[in-house]
Amino acid sequence: MTQRKRATPSSQRQHGVSALQEDEDDIPFTQPSTSQVQKALENVTPAQLDHKASEVVQYFLVKQQKKIPVRRADLVKHVVKEYRNIFPEIMKSASKTLDQVFGLKLVEIDNKNHLYILISKLENVDGPHTSVSSPKVGLLFVILSVIFMKGGVVRENVIWNTLKKLRVDPGEKHAEFGDVKRLVTDEFVRQRYLECVRIPHTEPVEHEFHWGQRAELEVSKVKLLEFLGQLHDQDPQLWSQQFKEAHSSVNPPSS
Amino acid sequence: MSQQLGNSHRRFLQTLMTCGSVDEPGARSLHQHCCETHNTQYVPDQLDNFINAINSKLQPLFMQIRKGMSEESGQQHYALVNMAETEVTRMSSDYTENELELFRKTIDLIVASDNGLALSTDILNSADTLTTKKLKKTETEQLLKRLVQDKWLCEKQGEYTLSTRCIIEMEPYIRTMYPEQVKVCHICHNIVFQCQTCENPVCGVKIHFPCVAKYFRGRSVRRCPACDDAWEHEVPEMKRRSRSQSRR
Repeated sequence: MTQRKRATPSSQRQHGVSALQEDEDDIPFTQPSTSQVQKALENVTPAQLDHKASEVVQYFLVKQQKKIPVRRADLVKHVVKEYRNIFPEIMKSASKTLDQVFGLKLVEIDNKNHLYILISKLENVDGPHTSVSSPKVGLLFVILSVIFMKGGVVRENVIWNTLKKLRVDPGEKHAEFGDVKRLVTDEFVRQRYLECVRIPHTEPVEHEFHWGQRAELEVSKVKLLEFLGQLHDQDPQLWSQQFKEAHSSVNPPSS
Repeated sequence: MSQQLGNSHRRFLQTLMTCGSVDEPGARSLHQHCCETHNTQYVPDQLDNFINAINSKLQPLFMQIRKGMSEESGQQHYALVNMAETEVTRMSSDYTENELELFRKTIDLIVASDNGLALSTDILNSADTLTTKKLKKTETEQLLKRLVQDKWLCEKQGEYTLSTRCIIEMEPYIRTMYPEQVKVCHICHNIVFQCQTCENPVCGVKIHFPCVAKYFRGRSVRRCPACDDAWEHEVPEMKRRSRSQSRR
């Protein structure tokens, strides 16, 4: 039975420093060179490569259930193991399978700490059993909207006040969400939907929120503006700055 | 016949992964929704072919979409299952080692019981006997709540049973771990937990509630299909299967 240590993120997260840092007992992994890979491939059968790639796919899918990013070090330590010399080939094969069978794109969101996430290539469409209608998603959407409309960064008290107006008080235990503060600062941040950054020189410590890398990749700003336009009965184009930003950034893939 | 997958298949698969399991009417409406979203021709009653196409691509990954019957409703459910594992790997990134140990102890209790139920008091007592870190009463209660939320267990009036999704996913694991105690329904021959048992001490065959309902429907004289003794239990009414296809 594999034991997975649960990462306990600190409540004060430094910008760019992931709580999922490499342990001391990790053997540092550097990407093998192309010639090293070619040489190692000679000693591996296609069946062995496919089998390893399948294991990598399964590992990613399990993590995807809770939207936890995957550390490259963990992947090498627990799954790839002695096949580390053909790591790029295994990743290429796994990536292709995730794309063709599941419609999931493998993205490296952190080039320094080597973290991967899976994002759906399929557009979020409301339908039976979809999570688009789940309350947590609704709450997240509200927060992302506030941040986007305010230019991409917002002090934490703005978020808390917005939520309070919607009768979601971070100070109280909510019937649906439970510990709201934990949901926003811990769960949504760990899933990379939000980024929580400490504002320097603040006492008591204050934070600001940005969109996380997963939100950037998964959420369509165009759609968000359209939705807000409907909500406020306003033409999205009247929010000229946000409209420009939404239509200039790389659009998340649609079906 | 290995059909190529389109986005309708991928959407179906992604949704199934998010939900854990889906019942038959739900699978049908999801099939329709996926085809319509991606402008693929939707043919009702082609659900099995649709799923087979997905399964042919999942096979090299040791995964399959499998069907299993709910022990409560008799309804068929679909779930994505890991075929390669004999352990509870699907859960291992969500639960700590001692939490998994308690879950396994709960399965112990359910398998050992006559009726597929584990009492919450018995589970709480198990928490004291864990070989990994012990769990306090409140921690155990929280854990049980999570297991129900994550759809591994069902709870009714302080009694816990395995969810349909759990049975589908863990059947190979349970058959491997409990080869002696595992029972099989006399009618449908699938693994059985919640059931009626023949009162004849020499017979003792077990039948799922929905299978009892189906078998005895229309029969005024009820006898055990194995030993012919009178079937003493109250026969449940057969739940009407609603083929509700919501047309948008």
